[in-house]
Amino acid sequence: MRPFWSGTLTFGLVSVPVNLFPANKSSRPSLRMLSDEGAPLERRYYSQKTEKDLDADELVRGYEFKKGKYVVVTDEELERLAPEKTRDIDLTRFVKEDSIPPVHFERGYFLIPESGSEKAYKLLAETMAKSGFAGLATFVMRGKEYLVAIFSDHGLLRAETMRFVDELRSPADVGLPKKKKVPAASVRKFEKLISSRSKKEFSGAKLQDEQAEALLKLVKKKEKKRSNVVEVETEEREPAKVIDLVAVLKKSLSGKAK
Amino acid sequence: MAGRAIWKGELKIGATKIPVKLYAAVADRTVRFHILDDKHLMRVKQHMVSPDSGDEVTNQEIQKAYEVEPGKFVILTDEDLQSLEPKPSREIEVTEFVPPESINQQWYERPYYLGPDGNEQDYFALAEALEKSDREGIARWVMRNKPYIGALRSQDGYLVLCTLRNAAEVISARELPKPAGRAPSAKELNMAKQLVGMLEGEFNAAEFEDKYRKRVMEFIERKAKGHAPKLRVVKTKRKTTSLDSVLAKSLESLKKEKRAA
Repeated sequence: MRPFWSGTLTFGLVSVPVNLFPANKSSRPSLRMLSDEGAPLERRYYSQKTEKDLDADELVRGYEFKKGKYVVVTDEELERLAPEKTRDIDLTRFVKEDSIPPVHFERGYFLIPESGSEKAYKLLAETMAKSGFAGLATFVMRGKEYLVAIFSDHGLLRAETMRFVDELRSPADVGLPKKKKVPAASVRKFEKLISSRSKKEFSGAKLQDEQAEALLKLVKKKEKKRSNVVEVETEEREPAKVIDLVAVLKKSLSGKAK
Repeated sequence: MAGRAIWKGELKIGATKIPVKLYAAVADRTVRFHILDDKHLMRVKQHMVSPDSGDEVTNQEIQKAYEVEPGKFVILTDEDLQSLEPKPSREIEVTEFVPPESINQQWYERPYYLGPDGNEQDYFALAEALEKSDREGIARWVMRNKPYIGALRSQDGYLVLCTLRNAAEVISARELPKPAGRAPSAKELNMAKQLVGMLEGEFNAAEFEDKYRKRVMEFIERKAKGHAPKLRVVKTKRKTTSLDSVLAKSLESLKKEKRAA
């Protein structure tokens, strides 16, 4: 699996070539679409004018600047529009980890050092862990500019992409009512309620995707009963490639040849 | 600009219930592109086709299935899928409260605002209590036939409900090996600590702007008018010098900057 992005993490004059891999994976079991005879279907694009299916090299990316009128924008143009920022994550500011409101966080990525740059990487990870700081930077990845906060996590660096301020609505934007002063007794009532249900730690392992589990259980049951099971000759179908992200990350970190 | 509520629910903590409305907290600013055919520059359409015959298959004919092994599918009927939907409910049940630092950033997915729906006193009292206690509530609810888990927190006196990922979606750094190589020396740690310290500041999100999005929009506008500007190629720079000398140089240059300021 190729990294999501490759570039250089810099702070001051220190450069650490890194590769980015997602730190989150999708868990919802994906369903395939089959024809009424049981053949797996494919999604195809077709031309409105000719009604014929289109190949990948017949497709272009367009922006609708006026109704029905488009400007074509190529990958190359998008890449050239972000000169300095495409390959660097430049840490210009460090802030206390807990000072970033969670409403900003979008997606996490692990930064994996390229072989040879482990020393500088470990130095940054350890320094940030000891001081409780997160590093802030902006960079361009896959055609979008991101604001990221880099966290030190058990010896690794994890980048969390963040929403810019103009991507977050304020209470006024939403139309929430003005804040009201409430009697202290009311507040105390809720404080009691909160403390009576307080736990010391957050138990992430308890957050199970029950719907996914129920689906897999149902699938197993039907498979056993041979109900609605379709088998397609395997030589016609390529097995869907399932990427084991954890295995990819472990391999990248153990410094084995890629 | 007032927004409309996405959903109406009821916060439930023990026997206490507070009616609330849910609003989007995210404003989508992505530059939206469409896929066009290169000959006519018209938006393309999509359909599902049977790869053997190339024929289109309509929605009524499509069957949904789960692939248990390569080439072997178990079909799930509409009744099956409906049976998997969670029971509809208006309750947002908060079962426990935890310290905010115990939820690492990876878990947070998408924020929503909760607004009061008739009972403003309890709403604002809860918000104030959450802030004073420095706690986040773990909440579960069902919205639009999907089960959700989220963190309930207080922000500037209002309630925010942020959806959380589930355990299978989060890869913990704890389960990954640490990078190979020897640990940094005390001297290196000291210099890095100073360097990080000099770059320390307050978190102020307003200082950061999506400049790239701006540039893309300006380019698009110019291209639409027929003045497509020439764009240069990006040069990648990768520096490779000794870590110690680079740390020392960085500290020196930062100190100079601070003295001059």
